[in-house]
Amino acid sequence: MTDFDPVIGLEVHAELLTRSKMFCGCAVVDSTAAEPNSSVCEICSGMPGSLPVINQRAVEYALRVALALNCSIAETSVFARKNYFYPDLPKGFQITQYEFPLATDGWIEIDDPSAPVSSKRVRIRRVHLEEDTGKLVHRERHSLVDYNRSGVPLLEIVSEPDLGSADQARLYSLSLRSLLRYLEVNSGDLEKGVMRFEANVSLRPAGSVELGTRTEIKNLNSFRALSRSIEYEIDRQATLLRSGKPVAQDTLGWNEEQQITVSQRSKEEAHDYRYFPEPDLPPLHIDETWVEQIRADLPELPAVKRARFMSEYGLNAYAAGVLTAERSTAAFYEAAIESSQGTSPVKIANWLSGDLFGLLNEAGVEIDQSKVTSEALAGLVALVETGQISAASGKAVLDVLFAEGGSPESVVEKEGLAQVQDQAAIRLIVEQVLSNNPDQVSEYLAGKPALSEWFVGQIMRETRGKADPARVRTELDAALLALNDQEQSQSGR
Amino acid sequence: MALTHEEVRAIAHLARLQLTDEEVERFAGQLSDVLDYAARLNEVDTSEISPTASVLPMNAPLRPDEVRPCPPRDQLLANAPDPAGGMFRVPRVLELEP
Repeated sequence: MTDFDPVIGLEVHAELLTRSKMFCGCAVVDSTAAEPNSSVCEICSGMPGSLPVINQRAVEYALRVALALNCSIAETSVFARKNYFYPDLPKGFQITQYEFPLATDGWIEIDDPSAPVSSKRVRIRRVHLEEDTGKLVHRERHSLVDYNRSGVPLLEIVSEPDLGSADQARLYSLSLRSLLRYLEVNSGDLEKGVMRFEANVSLRPAGSVELGTRTEIKNLNSFRALSRSIEYEIDRQATLLRSGKPVAQDTLGWNEEQQITVSQRSKEEAHDYRYFPEPDLPPLHIDETWVEQIRADLPELPAVKRARFMSEYGLNAYAAGVLTAERSTAAFYEAAIESSQGTSPVKIANWLSGDLFGLLNEAGVEIDQSKVTSEALAGLVALVETGQISAASGKAVLDVLFAEGGSPESVVEKEGLAQVQDQAAIRLIVEQVLSNNPDQVSEYLAGKPALSEWFVGQIMRETRGKADPARVRTELDAALLALNDQEQSQSGR
Repeated sequence: MALTHEEVRAIAHLARLQLTDEEVERFAGQLSDVLDYAARLNEVDTSEISPTASVLPMNAPLRPDEVRPCPPRDQLLANAPDPAGGMFRVPRVLELEP
């Protein structure tokens, strides 16, 4: 049986978070929520005689992304018409970029935990600007068109076929999403359709350099659909090739219900888009000083921040990845360290990515809307680390902070969670527990040392988890030893 | 440069035009004449000239990202042959749908 290497390239479409559309002043609205056709004018509905004018911020956002992806910026790029008839495209053509895109030849490092070297460089072929299309709602006997999305600035990011598995494709698109959110050019809300994917998939015999026939899977709207459809397509092509059948070059869709790819090729003809330079738009000239200004204003990007978190805070690769995936999380973490006065950054990371993330996810709350402030988290971790409260109490305090806000110190006081450090108080409870459980004491003394754990449990229960476990153990051991000596001397008499 | 009838039919289809056989015949001749006329440009030596996307001596102007009011929806839908519920109703399309 022949083994095959998958060769995968991705096209990612990302809407840009501008206020107005790409070529007109209509507001960009949430196309999943707004009243249909409420933000549409003569330009984005393709009325004859209307003329497009380029949105400066859309160009700026595109340049941000292109620079963050290490691309070369074209001094002059050209908009082109892509001609086809489809009801979501009111003009009969889409304004896009074709021969002369805004930016080319970049790369992004993605984190691939399965690879021997954890980071993998994926080359970016091109980044270009275009306009989004309208939205179709299909009914039984007709379709309905809403042009609110028509003309929304859309960025297309095309990778080289450098991805070798569905998992790598998923990681690449996650990295892009993280990058777009860092750059504040896209919300990353996939369920609102602001990022869409197309995957080119082909197989070649393992070790071969020649490319096989590829298929293109269109309209993928979630990371799950992306990786599932690629996995399916790899299997489908491998089965064909193993039985000696060729793979047909094709455009495919992903059928979510059946979890299969389906051919979408029109029976009549392959698409013939007849691209030509957009006559209504002169070439786009990008001033170098503008580019340099945008470059200088770029924030610290996820990959760089992640490496810094590892070296500066001693985090492992996984924790650093989790804490830098979102800019807001990274900012929260660093603010917590800032206010912590020397608490271990690793401990803060554990509480943040473990317990607090758990609460946030469960409640569906973003970290910057959480009632737990970075100062409060840092304070809480410090209380646990200095032994003023137990780890179990720490979790209880966090629950209260998450629900009500406030400072950890005040919660500890109000809930009476301060750890019992008082040696005498602990000794009293130990003696009380031992005298209340004479049978277990006899068993212990008769040779069942494992029972000491049971005693610890009873004592902790008695103190409602507030006793310092180390002190409990010391006192318990001392008390048990005393009982043992007593027993020895009695039996020896 | 003579266009074949097949090519004329393909071009007509891309433009969503329905042509009779006589029209295909007539337009094949006319379109070929237009192409021959334009082909005279091939005689100019352009080996020293880089491809030109626009003859306008200007760069694309950029507009600030400001929202302008849109016309009311009634106005937008005034010319729609078959509006329904604030949307444009069209024959059911499925080609690009999974």
